[in-house]
Amino acid sequence: MDAQFWTYLLVGVTFSLYIGIAIWSRAQSTKEFYIASGGIHPVLNGMATAADWMSAASFISMAGIISFLGYGGSQYLMGWTGGYVLLALCLAPYLRKFGKFTVPDFIGERYYSKNARTIALICAIFVSFTYVVGQMKGVGVAFSRFLEIPYDLGVIIGIGIVFFYAVLGGMKGITYTQVAQYCVLIFAFTVPAIFISLQATGNPIPQIGFGSKTTDGVYLLEKLNQLSVDLGFEKYTDINQTTLINVFFITAALMFGTAGLPHVIVRFFTVPKVRDARISAGWALLFISFLYTTAPAVAAFAKVNLINTVSNAQYSEVPQWFKNWENTGLLQFDDKNSDGVIQYVADEQVNELTIDRDIMVLANPEIANLPPWVIGLIVAGGLAAALSTAAGLLLVISTSISHDLLKKNINPNISEKGELWAARISIAVAVVAAGLAGLNPPGFVAEVVALAFGLAASSFFPAIILGIFDKRMNKEGALSGMIVGVVFTTIYIFYFKPQLGGPGLPQDYLFGISPEGIGTIGMIINFIVSLIVSRLTKPTPENIKELVESIRYPK
Amino acid sequence: MKEKYWRKNIFYLRILLTIWFICSFGFGILLAENLNEFYLGGFPLGFWFAQQGSIYIFVILIFIYVYLMNKLDKKHNLEE
Repeated sequence: MDAQFWTYLLVGVTFSLYIGIAIWSRAQSTKEFYIASGGIHPVLNGMATAADWMSAASFISMAGIISFLGYGGSQYLMGWTGGYVLLALCLAPYLRKFGKFTVPDFIGERYYSKNARTIALICAIFVSFTYVVGQMKGVGVAFSRFLEIPYDLGVIIGIGIVFFYAVLGGMKGITYTQVAQYCVLIFAFTVPAIFISLQATGNPIPQIGFGSKTTDGVYLLEKLNQLSVDLGFEKYTDINQTTLINVFFITAALMFGTAGLPHVIVRFFTVPKVRDARISAGWALLFISFLYTTAPAVAAFAKVNLINTVSNAQYSEVPQWFKNWENTGLLQFDDKNSDGVIQYVADEQVNELTIDRDIMVLANPEIANLPPWVIGLIVAGGLAAALSTAAGLLLVISTSISHDLLKKNINPNISEKGELWAARISIAVAVVAAGLAGLNPPGFVAEVVALAFGLAASSFFPAIILGIFDKRMNKEGALSGMIVGVVFTTIYIFYFKPQLGGPGLPQDYLFGISPEGIGTIGMIINFIVSLIVSRLTKPTPENIKELVESIRYPK
Repeated sequence: MKEKYWRKNIFYLRILLTIWFICSFGFGILLAENLNEFYLGGFPLGFWFAQQGSIYIFVILIFIYVYLMNKLDKKHNLEE
């Protein structure tokens, strides 16, 4: 039984599971559709949040990026986890007490303004849509690489599955499917990691194996540093002081962005009580940390294995997996000096091997000689990660349209039944639109993800924090802060991203901050503008002060 | 009475967020170079904070906050 068989089997079984859950958990009302009636157990919500959060990028690409960046990859590890502390301490409990359906709901009511709601809903749709296209691309890639199904058909199968359970079950269906998807993806990620850690260091826990001695008595990281230096790279654990400020700002932008992303925030509307919202964020981060502390270990193990296998190896004697991955184009060997030996070094003039970073997770089982079912598991896990994130994002888009735009801004008299149908139709349209965009992904998809985090950090985060902690914050302050923050961040990113046609050059970066980190500055500007404008304009109305007072206390 | 609850909440937030900042931005980034001279098993310490330690501390901080707030809710009779 080969890898192909196992892949079909595991993908088939997991997909049937998701469909089964969808049929079992159909939504009957808008409350069920938007927030699963607020009746999800905090531990289950923690799992669903973790699956919602960890995308195809976390599962497939992150370990590979760390593998090539070494210490520099830490910005993603800290950046994509630290935001949960902010969520648990500063946002989730109060938004749960507020107890509505969406982030634009909070912005609109707290700042007593339809315009604020409209700005918020445009930001929510934009952020979620750019993100979801990337997931669809991930689904297509996973199918085409492993099942020899054309990319387009892969995307269509992915759309079909998401369409089925998202349209039928809304938040309720999505939540229970995400719980199943979390289990699949975490199992798929940790099993190969445990095997590899055991092989390399004799310790089954990758987080510890990573800091242990290998079979020849040298610490793994020391060995990796030595190998890197020998090939002309920087030491793996060394810190490059010239980019440290940028690492600082990117980490911050990712953290504050996380805490401002609507598809994450809305998950905390689904639990019964304020105290559940707090602990649910704790469970979510615990479940996320299983993958996020394993990924850097996988990165180090895979790098050592890869270098040992390919560096100075005879091309005619490389293992079969090397040839397989060459066929997909993820590995490219160009024998520049025609000596039949693979030179993998830092110097680009001499280097003969080009490695796609995704290979570190995808080819890991083969590099480590693991049984074929592990390969099937990786594919099922990658698909679970992509589908779960896509579903959460699509729901945000659909509620923004049916609830915030239609019910709150256009037609407040719409019936409950009508709104539920509008929600179903808008999620159906969003799924299809995301799928079409995934079939023809604009080349800049990866680039706009920076924009998603930057926008979330520079628009939602300050508006929500000030809405809770500053009673004096009024409509004028919050609106001007959001507008200035978003405009600044967007212009900076477009100006300095050559992929988006920007003319800016890295040496002209403001304080050396790259577009990925500029959201932090946008956020600071938002805070300053909001505070100044609010102090110079009319005080907050009394009823809004009472609203703020009420969300601060659980009862 | 209620104001006391809110002030205590803010007090907890200040302390926990300071630890949050020191462990990630401090130990993991700004001071990582200096900490790398010390070792935790095979890990240079700054590197360990950046890729492992800070994440463990984040999880612990949330559970500490949950514990403190549940106690505070009870004390002020604000449990749902």
